[in-house]
Amino acid sequence: MDATDRRLVNALQGGFPVAERPFAEIGAELGLSEQETIARLATLRGLGTLSRFGPMFDAERLGGAVTLCAMQVPEERFDEVTDIVNAFDEVAHNYARNHELNMWFVLAVGDPGQIDKVVARIEEATGLVVLNLPKLDEYFLELKLSA
Amino acid sequence: MALTSFERDLLAAIEEGLPLVARPYEAIGDVLGCSESAVIEGLRGLLDRGVVRRLGLVVRHHELGYRANAMTVWDVPDRAVRDAAAVLTGLPFVTLCYRRPRRPPHWPYNLFCMIHGKDRAVVEAQADQATRTAGLSGCARAVLFSRRRFKQRGARHAALRLLEGASRIEGMEWTRPIAAS
Repeated sequence: MDATDRRLVNALQGGFPVAERPFAEIGAELGLSEQETIARLATLRGLGTLSRFGPMFDAERLGGAVTLCAMQVPEERFDEVTDIVNAFDEVAHNYARNHELNMWFVLAVGDPGQIDKVVARIEEATGLVVLNLPKLDEYFLELKLSA
Repeated sequence: MALTSFERDLLAAIEEGLPLVARPYEAIGDVLGCSESAVIEGLRGLLDRGVVRRLGLVVRHHELGYRANAMTVWDVPDRAVRDAAAVLTGLPFVTLCYRRPRRPPHWPYNLFCMIHGKDRAVVEAQADQATRTAGLSGCARAVLFSRRRFKQRGARHAALRLLEGASRIEGMEWTRPIAAS
């Protein structure tokens, strides 16, 4: 990734125009042609540098719900419990962390009423307590995108 | 929030990403059998209502060397949370910031922020700096580094795929300028 790629990526982290020629608009801000803007993004996507180029959804406004859960898993059971938890479709991602509560995963469900049910099913399947830590407030970053 | 059937089709058409062509919204319209302007109006409506937070890109930070991922948490008096969060979200290394419930006795912390970086020692120093700057030195604190990240396996329901695009925002996807390294 060169300096121009970084400027392009940083500009696009702030949003992508919804207009007929969006790449031309972004390119104009950066002194790039429409063609070069597209070509650079295609290269970055091909290299796997971009994980996504598209919409960021809001779960609640889609009618769904997302929550963060934590478990205290005995070390000797960690791999087994990981397999059980990750087998749930509703588990979106899962991290091992260095704390007594050593497994942290995010649940995403299509109906907010399902959260408690999925938590109960995971507790039943693992025999372990799941702490449900839903977001109460989200504080948005002050993005300074002039990299 | 109720979505029209056109909006559902539109979301399904773009969830995997926008086409990298000069007129991407025209290309989406060709797939859906509608005009470019219908796609643009539909997307603007979804953005205005916040169903789509934004269009944009997310880089694979892990692959770019951002491997130190610290969930930094404090037990902050409820009345002081908002002011502390206002300071934290202005720090250039903080990538996400939330208030969540305490679950005593196992979990006394209510203010969460993520710090992502390339070097664990640097991230630890940033967590200290965040604590001091936000006036949280007197609060109980923990810094939880990730040891492993597990990939999801298996096919997913279409509806959950959309939600996954939202759930990844909660901890895995974040937006910050990439600095020259």
